[in-house]
Amino acid sequence: MPSPVQDFKTSAKRLSADLRHRGLIQKALSGYYVKRDENKARFQSWQGARDLASEIKHEAVNHLDKYLVEFADKIAARGTVVHWCPDGNSAREAILKIASDNNVRSIIKSKSMTTEEIHLNDALEKRGFGVFESDLGEYIVQLRHEPPYHLVFPAMHLTRGEISDLFTKELGSAPTDSPEELTMIARRVMREKFCEADMGISGANFAVAETGMISITENEGNARLTTALPRIHVAVLGIEKVLPRMQDLALFLPMLATSGAGQALTCYNTMFGGPRQPGETDGPEQFHIILLDNKRTELLADAEQRDALHCIRCGACLNVCPIFKNVGGHSYGTTYQGPIGSVITPHLRGLQDWKHLSGASSLCGACTETCPVKINLHHHLLHNRRNAATQKTLWWERIAFRGFVILMNTPWLYLISLKLGRVGQLFHPLVDKSPLDPLHAWTQSRTFPKLAKKSFHELWKDRKKSS
Amino acid sequence: MNGRETILARIREGLRQPAPHAHASVHQIETQNESHEARDWLPPVGDSLADQINLFKKNSETLKTSFQVFENQESAAAALASLASGWKQVAIHRSPLIEPLLPALTISGIRLLNTDDGYEKSDLATCDAGLTTCECLVAQTGSVLVTSSTSGGRALSVLPPHHIVIARRQQMLPDLQAAFTHLEKKFGKNPPSMLSFITGPSRTGDIERILVLGAHGPKELTVFLVD
Repeated sequence: MPSPVQDFKTSAKRLSADLRHRGLIQKALSGYYVKRDENKARFQSWQGARDLASEIKHEAVNHLDKYLVEFADKIAARGTVVHWCPDGNSAREAILKIASDNNVRSIIKSKSMTTEEIHLNDALEKRGFGVFESDLGEYIVQLRHEPPYHLVFPAMHLTRGEISDLFTKELGSAPTDSPEELTMIARRVMREKFCEADMGISGANFAVAETGMISITENEGNARLTTALPRIHVAVLGIEKVLPRMQDLALFLPMLATSGAGQALTCYNTMFGGPRQPGETDGPEQFHIILLDNKRTELLADAEQRDALHCIRCGACLNVCPIFKNVGGHSYGTTYQGPIGSVITPHLRGLQDWKHLSGASSLCGACTETCPVKINLHHHLLHNRRNAATQKTLWWERIAFRGFVILMNTPWLYLISLKLGRVGQLFHPLVDKSPLDPLHAWTQSRTFPKLAKKSFHELWKDRKKSS
Repeated sequence: MNGRETILARIREGLRQPAPHAHASVHQIETQNESHEARDWLPPVGDSLADQINLFKKNSETLKTSFQVFENQESAAAALASLASGWKQVAIHRSPLIEPLLPALTISGIRLLNTDDGYEKSDLATCDAGLTTCECLVAQTGSVLVTSSTSGGRALSVLPPHHIVIARRQQMLPDLQAAFTHLEKKFGKNPPSMLSFITGPSRTGDIERILVLGAHGPKELTVFLVD
């Protein structure tokens, strides 16, 4: 099986040369930039809001035990079953058990990256449960048997033509090039699924400790229906989602909307504090919360990078990342793409297997600058590089750097190698761009800069002589 | 050890080493006058009720919410009757704010489905519109706050293709903070199982980031503000 780094290199090379793909992503994001900036400008101070949001998250994450217990106890007090799941397997088993104990046949889902992380759909389908993604973008990639391309915009890599072809093939609908008609086709299909489903599975954007409620942000209304019609609601959330107070939502909901999709507020922001309560006309009889660790506590234990748990999964860092825009979301091979994915995946899935993502960065810092909760993203990529090298140094790198140290500390050796380099460079064109070139990895897509005719050392000598 | 103890033990172990403070290291405080009050940073809202109604109106235009202000119940009823032309069935819930408007619907033979009495999902799905009250309107964001216990349940405001909200003028609140304060005052420790801020008709941009209204929820949202 090819390794994650080989997959990444192959896919990144192919897609960064695919001008059609790049054009599509640029076009999709151009409207976002305009709307995001318009809505940031409506804030009295976006920077002030970022500082405050970052402080609130810092408080929550650094007292996670306290707030998590408060959240879990309060939501349980109103009839919710809370499942504490240390890993993906225990989470999948808990959900499968709920489904089989209750004779569930059909399951409707609203968008949740956490369920992607634990490959929940595969596990449910293997046990014979029908699972339908109701978010339009998620439904499209589900029909294509693909993972989401982007945290927030799962199908942003597809054109309306490709989606129309997909619907014609999978649903037998007439071809159309109207996004509106395509949306209505999915709406009609999903309406039936919503009414039939026994169980609704959602994610959550926030969990409020003070009131024992989760908060779900969405535009389509599919999460509202997922949590209203089926008789069982299961919400899957990472343990880092906790906010201390209900009032914190007044800050985080507008910030998530602005960073995530360039909106002032997302269409539906809904808080759930339990199953149907006495006196209420509808809603699920059972409400289950799946609290997932799955190595988040390992990230928590790394004090230097703990702020990566502040992430509200808005996707803003993907949208500004020059690497993401060129290699696309699927190249990462991770649940969470872009800069935040490159930072956290080595913690969640193994540093040595995923350290190559730390190199998938120009270190321009656009991610850090745009992050609404001020995660130190591009520095964490450097921290991961350092940790990977400290943990396991490659033998040739060790030799190369020892040689480099000797070279830089020995002036006569340095001067000789400069002179040799100038001579050697005359022969470089013979092997340039060919695999025989010792610098092939660099020169295959770049021109190697010429060494100066005279080094600074030599120029300085000449200058002293002439004065 | 059960899952809860395992996770809490891992968290406590992980937190033994303190993290650098949010603003320490490379991050500089980017604002001079550091306020811990979100209201100082969020989009401004006017002081008077008239300002707030104007802001709600402006936000409604952007969101494609139809926002209509009426001087009295009669004019609201007349507007509802004209909106309802061609409709066959409308879903409602019991409320003193809704009842006076119902004759405007029933007179033209429109059937009513009261979700408070229980309903079949397929019946509610085929209604032409859902008529609800709300807890409050939020000027800052152009949102309507509905709850599962005071707006006819969870599905009424989202399953029918057109959602009509009847609100009183004094229900206009400046911002989300005020809405949360209102909820706490009204419900205390026993809030409804669902609280939902609805901000415009349902929408999606999942196909080429082009805005389409009416993804899975209502295609239209109408807010009647009645004196």
